[in-house]
Amino acid sequence: MGQMDPLLRIVDLHKRFGELEVLAGVSLDVKRGEKVSIIGPSGSGKTTLLRCINYLEKPTGGHIYIDGTLIGEKQVGGKFVHLSDRELAKERREIGFVFQRFNLFPHLTALGNVTIAPIKVLGLSREEAEARGRQMLEKVGLGHKVNEYPERLSGGQQQRVAIARVLAMQPKLMLFDEATSALDPELIGEVLRVMRQLADEGRTMVIVTHEIQFSGEVSDRVVFMDHGKIVEQGPPKSVLFNPQQPRTREFLKHLQER
Amino acid sequence: MNFFQVMEQKGWYFFTTLMGGWPETLAVAVCSFVFAMVIGLVIALMRLSRWRIPRWFAISYIEFFRGTPALVQLFVIYFGFPDIGFQPSPFQAAIVGLGLNGAAYMAEIYRAGIESIHRGQMEAALSLGMTPARAMQHIILPQAMRTMLPPITNFAIVLLKDTSIVFAVGVVEIMALARNLVTETLQSAAVYLIAGALYLCVTIPMARLAARLERQRQAWQ
Amino acid sequence: MLQLPEIYAENLHRWLPELLYYSLTTLKIAAVSFFIAVVVGLLFALLRLSHNRLIRGFAVGFIEVARGLPIVVVLYIVYFVPPQLFPGLNWSWFTDFTGAVVGLGLHGAAILAEVFRSGIEALHKGQREAAISLGMTPAQSMAYIILPQATRIILPPVANYAIGLLKDTSLCSLIGVNELMNDAKSIAFADYQPMAVFVLVAVIYFAMSFPLSMAVRYMEGRLAVSR
Repeated sequence: MGQMDPLLRIVDLHKRFGELEVLAGVSLDVKRGEKVSIIGPSGSGKTTLLRCINYLEKPTGGHIYIDGTLIGEKQVGGKFVHLSDRELAKERREIGFVFQRFNLFPHLTALGNVTIAPIKVLGLSREEAEARGRQMLEKVGLGHKVNEYPERLSGGQQQRVAIARVLAMQPKLMLFDEATSALDPELIGEVLRVMRQLADEGRTMVIVTHEIQFSGEVSDRVVFMDHGKIVEQGPPKSVLFNPQQPRTREFLKHLQER
Repeated sequence: MNFFQVMEQKGWYFFTTLMGGWPETLAVAVCSFVFAMVIGLVIALMRLSRWRIPRWFAISYIEFFRGTPALVQLFVIYFGFPDIGFQPSPFQAAIVGLGLNGAAYMAEIYRAGIESIHRGQMEAALSLGMTPARAMQHIILPQAMRTMLPPITNFAIVLLKDTSIVFAVGVVEIMALARNLVTETLQSAAVYLIAGALYLCVTIPMARLAARLERQRQAWQ
Repeated sequence: MLQLPEIYAENLHRWLPELLYYSLTTLKIAAVSFFIAVVVGLLFALLRLSHNRLIRGFAVGFIEVARGLPIVVVLYIVYFVPPQLFPGLNWSWFTDFTGAVVGLGLHGAAILAEVFRSGIEALHKGQREAAISLGMTPAQSMAYIILPQATRIILPPVANYAIGLLKDTSLCSLIGVNELMNDAKSIAFADYQPMAVFVLVAVIYFAMSFPLSMAVRYMEGRLAVSR
């Protein structure tokens, strides 16, 4: 695979929950180092799209490639077959996922949260993992909280630990699922600051967010989704300030009125 | 004769004989259930009392009855009471034994139910001029009933199953008949499997009911 | 009127050593059945959470039946039924002790399977998702993330089960195991002192179960505080 090929390629992705079609054919390419924000009203399918990339949801149609490798399934004699849990686990190492509700492990300290996957999944020694873990906690500004348990941390601190936990796996791609929407307004800033720092380092990020201003500042491209489809995409300047589609305009206008 | 031949030839006889144990099994279960409900409420109220002595008595009662096997309690009542001049019948011993034992469990169920009601309810009732007893009767217990229904159903299942030990003090219920049949025919496999099936026909539907009540209760909250 | 203190003064030195000796058998039955119940119970809890409908149905069926049967009936079925179903095999190893621990163990497995399952299900599904999103296999997320947390939730009900089990060992006397209860019966009727002996036995059972119930109280108190 050449450097010019996209890191993430999504081809005609479909997902239905029973009668409800949440993703109605989404195709999207994300280049190496590119920052893509996905915006849209709730129920537009943006979170489901993100969860499908990590195979937390199994798509009902379409394919996902990372670095040219098919994700979540393999081709056996011309047919697509879902991967086993073990094979899936291997692929997920490369993809970091930051949850809306942090999902820190409450029985482990901040450092424990950050080191458990490097030790158990990547097979690092405890010393290596802890060195890396401290470094990552340092990076998100929590070097002084390594031994705290999650219940002793504020929401913003918890989310930063969750980001450090993902960084410690050194993923090729980071997915952020409304990483700030469970936070009190005064705690949002510290998390956005960390995300901006990661963006500046040239990491590949796909960000589902409600923070329109933030998405305008950090992303190379903004994708607007509605009813399970991509309605419009392009540089932030055009999508956010000069949208072509009436639905995008309506959504943005609605946000401003709030 | 193998098991299947036994079932074919004697199965119906075993079944009808064991079915004859139901009235006694149910009588023991129902009587000790009522007994446990009443005594249990008294113990629970003592447990929540402001005064130390009733509270202390209730705690000891609950600890002791929950800490010793029901079989031992039955034996104390049936074989021990004659030593102090009182000879209960097997049936009396069974319902007193299972009833006193069950009261300890019911007391904890009542207590959890009563404590689940917010203090404000009691305060509101008192502020309306009710006595604590009236408030308990009209305001607290009716609300607590909702929380208590699933555990009470579970308790009833446990009690029904516990009746299977009262043959040890001479009550002729399903298990006693089963043991008699085994002595008579030596076909323990067929007899005990049929006896087990008889219990399951009642306990499994009750357990499903309890689970459904629990789901409803959670949906309310 | 019965003079319990005098009866005890006269007989305790004969009764107590013997009863305490058989208490050891009681504790042994309880310990072995507890072990069986935990291992088999964990297995059934995992089967119960399986994606395969057949496996799940089997687990649900086992749990419902084993929970729905009175323990006495379980003991009778486990001890008496297999030798009659397969008379050709050698059953000499299947002693009353073995029957007792298998019976109590299987019954306990059904109870603990439900305890384990509710402990596992009490955890937010985000925990599992976070674990697998970090590249853990389902088995790894179970071992490192789910079970360590579930353990805290299930410890009090498991201890409660242990108390119940200790008392239920008395039912093994009904299939002829020589444990505390059986020995108490023989002393009580040989010496014509049922009241004194059975009250003494109640005290012995209480002494064995009370530490466990204190432990439960302590754990429940701690859990309540940490919330």
